[in-house]
Amino acid sequence: MKYLTEYRDPELVEEFIKEIHRITTKPWTLMEICGGQTHSLVKNGILDMLPDKITMVHGPGCPVCVTSVSVIDEAIYLAEQPNTIMCSFGDMLRVPGSKKSLLEAKAEGADVRILYSPLEAVQLAKQNPDKQVVFFAVGFETTAPANALSVVHADQMGLDNYSILASHVLVPPAMEAILSDEENLIDAFLAAGHVCTIMGIDEYHPVAEKYACPIVVTGFEPVDLLQGILMAVQQLEKGEYKVDNQYARSVQREGNRLAQDTIQKVFAVSDRVWRGIGNIPQSGYEVNDRYKNYNARIKFNIDLPLAEENKECISGDIMKGLKKPKQCPNFGTKCKPEHPLGAPMVSSEGACAAYYHYAAQE
Amino acid sequence: MCLAIPGKILTINALDDTFRTGKVSFGGIQKEVNLCMVPEVQVGDYVLVHVGVAIGKVDEEEAQKVFNYLKDMGEVEELQTPPDGK
Ligand code: SF4
Repeated sequence: MKYLTEYRDPELVEEFIKEIHRITTKPWTLMEICGGQTHSLVKNGILDMLPDKITMVHGPGCPVCVTSVSVIDEAIYLAEQPNTIMCSFGDMLRVPGSKKSLLEAKAEGADVRILYSPLEAVQLAKQNPDKQVVFFAVGFETTAPANALSVVHADQMGLDNYSILASHVLVPPAMEAILSDEENLIDAFLAAGHVCTIMGIDEYHPVAEKYACPIVVTGFEPVDLLQGILMAVQQLEKGEYKVDNQYARSVQREGNRLAQDTIQKVFAVSDRVWRGIGNIPQSGYEVNDRYKNYNARIKFNIDLPLAEENKECISGDIMKGLKKPKQCPNFGTKCKPEHPLGAPMVSSEGACAAYYHYAAQE
Repeated sequence: MCLAIPGKILTINALDDTFRTGKVSFGGIQKEVNLCMVPEVQVGDYVLVHVGVAIGKVDEEEAQKVFNYLKDMGEVEELQTPPDGK
């Protein structure tokens, strides 16, 4: 458990906690969307500071956790093609596919590289004209501009050996899928700050309206999270449901227009299968027709059978807020960060790994 | 990998609108960053960078606080990856 003085603004932290306790009269369940927020809530001991009446559940906002088994299989298939360099963000390598992970494919000899940015993959393509370079383009709205820009760059440089395997996911449709689930328990959402830095906040108004659900755009530091929780509880206690912005220092109402233009230039909204949750209509981005030569699925004619999800992993219930990681029978036994059964145990932003690392120390 | 990390712009090379890049320092680690989505920024400004692309401007004080926080949380390790991924 942390001491208050360790926080960036200890007085503010204390003030927010007191105020949350003072105004909470009914039990409320809140979901934070973003995995960075989950990591922060758990690591900083914030869950223990909240009133018993407030339950935080941890949403699907970690691309490592929601990329489907079938897409991991596609990435491995591409990595195993001759003369191909498969590039990915590091966290994706350990996610189990139906037979193996990218890391295991790499150990067997596939050329799999960990990159910081998709733009570096374009450079690799330029330096290796005799190889096909594929970037594993996962992520939420925050990551979409960079992945889109890599395609624009490759196109402007006339590279015909670069493509992306897109598995982009979008926040608002996921919120709607969670809220319309008949078992839904969630009273309010903390939306993800940096997603809104790109997209702005207007697309959340219809969701708040339709489901009578307060949505507070929130940062990821302890003071931000506590203030976001306070703003959500204030609305709940008053019976209000609107979109509030706690993170105004980084999020403008209209978002970053240039970033949105880049996304629209390269991607089209498409259906997407979320690991553990299933298909959510219109909840992802795929490379559009104009740039189809950069779509690895088309370029390599990928046609793999749909992979089964591991039935032992209850990540879907966790990401919908129906269960906590510790309620999974495999948590900490068959499933650990060293040998994850499911994706939320892979990255520190996955709820299961966050609980394993920090809550286990209690 | 989903958070944007603040850093200071050291140099800018403007080739054209999509290739506007610069060197950005993240607490001493330098990376090449695309700046086309933040056309207003100048050398010395602080930007929020996500996987090699600047997505917004921040002020210096905020940048420093956020960077220190992310460092404590172990969220800046991705900056250490070499550009060829090996
Ligand atoms: S503990 Fe492992 S098996 Fe259980 S839900 Fe989490 S990732 Fe899946």
